[in-house]
Amino acid sequence: MVTGTPNRSPATGTANALELRGVSRLFGALAALDDVTITVMPGEKRAVLGSNGAGKTTLFNCITGDFLPTSGTIRLFGEDVTNFPAHERIRRGLRRTYQISLLFNGLSVLDNVYLACRGVSRSRFSLLRPRRSDSLIHSAEELIDAVHLTDLRDNLVAELSHGQQRQLEIALALAGAPRFILFDEPAAGLSPTERSDLIEILTNLPEHMGFIIIEHDMDVALRVAESVTMMHNGRIFKEGRPEEIEEDPEVQELYLGGGHE
Amino acid sequence: MTDWDLRRIPSAYWVVGALLLMMPAISSNFILFSIFGWALILGMIALSLMFLGGYGGMVSLVQMTVAGVAGYMTAILGDSAIDAISLGWVWWLAVPVAILIAMVFGTLSGALAVRTEGIYTIMITLAIATAFFYFARQNYVVFNGFSGFNQILAPEAFGVNWRNPVAFYYLALFFAGLAYFAVLYVSRSPFGLALQGIRDNPRRMAALGFNVTAHRIAAYTFASLIAAVAGVLLVWQTSSISPGAISVGPAIDILIIAVVGGLRHPVGPFIGAIIFVLLRTFALDALVAVGLAGERFQLLIGIGFLVIVFWSSDGVLGLWQRWRDRAGRTDPLTGQQKDAG
Repeated sequence: MVTGTPNRSPATGTANALELRGVSRLFGALAALDDVTITVMPGEKRAVLGSNGAGKTTLFNCITGDFLPTSGTIRLFGEDVTNFPAHERIRRGLRRTYQISLLFNGLSVLDNVYLACRGVSRSRFSLLRPRRSDSLIHSAEELIDAVHLTDLRDNLVAELSHGQQRQLEIALALAGAPRFILFDEPAAGLSPTERSDLIEILTNLPEHMGFIIIEHDMDVALRVAESVTMMHNGRIFKEGRPEEIEEDPEVQELYLGGGHE
Repeated sequence: MTDWDLRRIPSAYWVVGALLLMMPAISSNFILFSIFGWALILGMIALSLMFLGGYGGMVSLVQMTVAGVAGYMTAILGDSAIDAISLGWVWWLAVPVAILIAMVFGTLSGALAVRTEGIYTIMITLAIATAFFYFARQNYVVFNGFSGFNQILAPEAFGVNWRNPVAFYYLALFFAGLAYFAVLYVSRSPFGLALQGIRDNPRRMAALGFNVTAHRIAAYTFASLIAAVAGVLLVWQTSSISPGAISVGPAIDILIIAVVGGLRHPVGPFIGAIIFVLLRTFALDALVAVGLAGERFQLLIGIGFLVIVFWSSDGVLGLWQRWRDRAGRTDPLTGQQKDAG
């Protein structure tokens, strides 16, 4: 089988952003992830492709600690985080978005982003209300501007359209000082305009900020990613540069249905 | 977002505030002490449940027990008719220690309950409440068993005899008001916002860097403080504490009060409490007055609550909200206007 990117030394010297070794996750007898080894360099932009049930979202859940892997180790910037709870990983610079928006429907857009900023700051337990001059309120407002939701700042999330909720998902993931982000199908259900907005946001991320993106829309995935991992039945199936993957006959047969231009 | 401006205070606050402050001028000692005093105290205990349930999504049946622990400790550490047990500490030592012990108890209960969701949280907190009830009833060395403690009197302090109905009314009003505004304030603080985030979506909160478990336990600590203060006031109001005050019945009463009043805003528990106390106090007389058997008063209470919950799953606050919506205005009490922050 093909595993990881070859010729990468383990975390001596400059640590990899993310390093999975032999990660498996069983649900009963079903191996949602089967001996997955992936290495992502700092600042690297990686797309993960695969059909439904290939294990992409399970991969994300294991990386963020939504649940623990059955076996294997996960290292984040050189640190073994395999048994860390989710919030400890987030505090180390990891972020994620969810395939189906997981937002706080009873709170306003500003409150949602403000919470995201708070979550990775100190004084999460503060009983004192923030002042208008609170620096985190400013960061939250900047993030809202960045995802084009300025006019909806005080609206409840429940009042937002699907596309706007997807944009808010991204704002939450960009809060604090993210070092590595997992995007789970950010373009799902977006209009063409919203899609190009999304591509703009993703391509304008700082150089050092690496990410993994799960995306069914090949136009989005291949435009924002520098490298591609193909998954199939919980295993790594192929890795390479976007154009290599696109032209690979096996990939075309399996995933692109042969008809992709 | 603390830009204080008197004009931003809704007019309802002025009206209700003035009415409550002037109450001693227009009502009897019985109304002050046994109706309003009791309602304010029950309202505080229900408020602690509203904080956990409304903002945290955690329905706790242990709040009455937390108040009971504070009450018991006030009796045990301070003065009561049971000289053999009561230690006779001065009130300014006994009361803070009693509140502290109740907060520790509430926090530990929370630590047990927060890893569960929904019906299981209710079951665990009910189990703790029941266990403490039986323990207090069967333990004679510390809790004086079935009969509990009596003659636990509010102290004379700062030149005021707090047993006096008017003084006690203001004491209860002060702490109820303090608790009400504290909950309102904290609901918009980072801690309160995070709690509401956890209510809506615990998994996402963890993915934003929040320790969900620690946050929920801290919510129990905060709620326990309110319940504990109310517990001390409760033993002063009834001048006694016994296992009957913390049995399953009163624990459920607190839930009824909070739900009937409404869980969406801290004013709900107080509305629920005044309805509860009025029904409890006058249902019997009302039945006798119309020529029915007085012993059916529980039935009248039950029907009263059934009617409210039937017409509005969100209690009296929900009814109020709908009525205001129909009138086409925003509600000053529930603060639905968008600049409420």
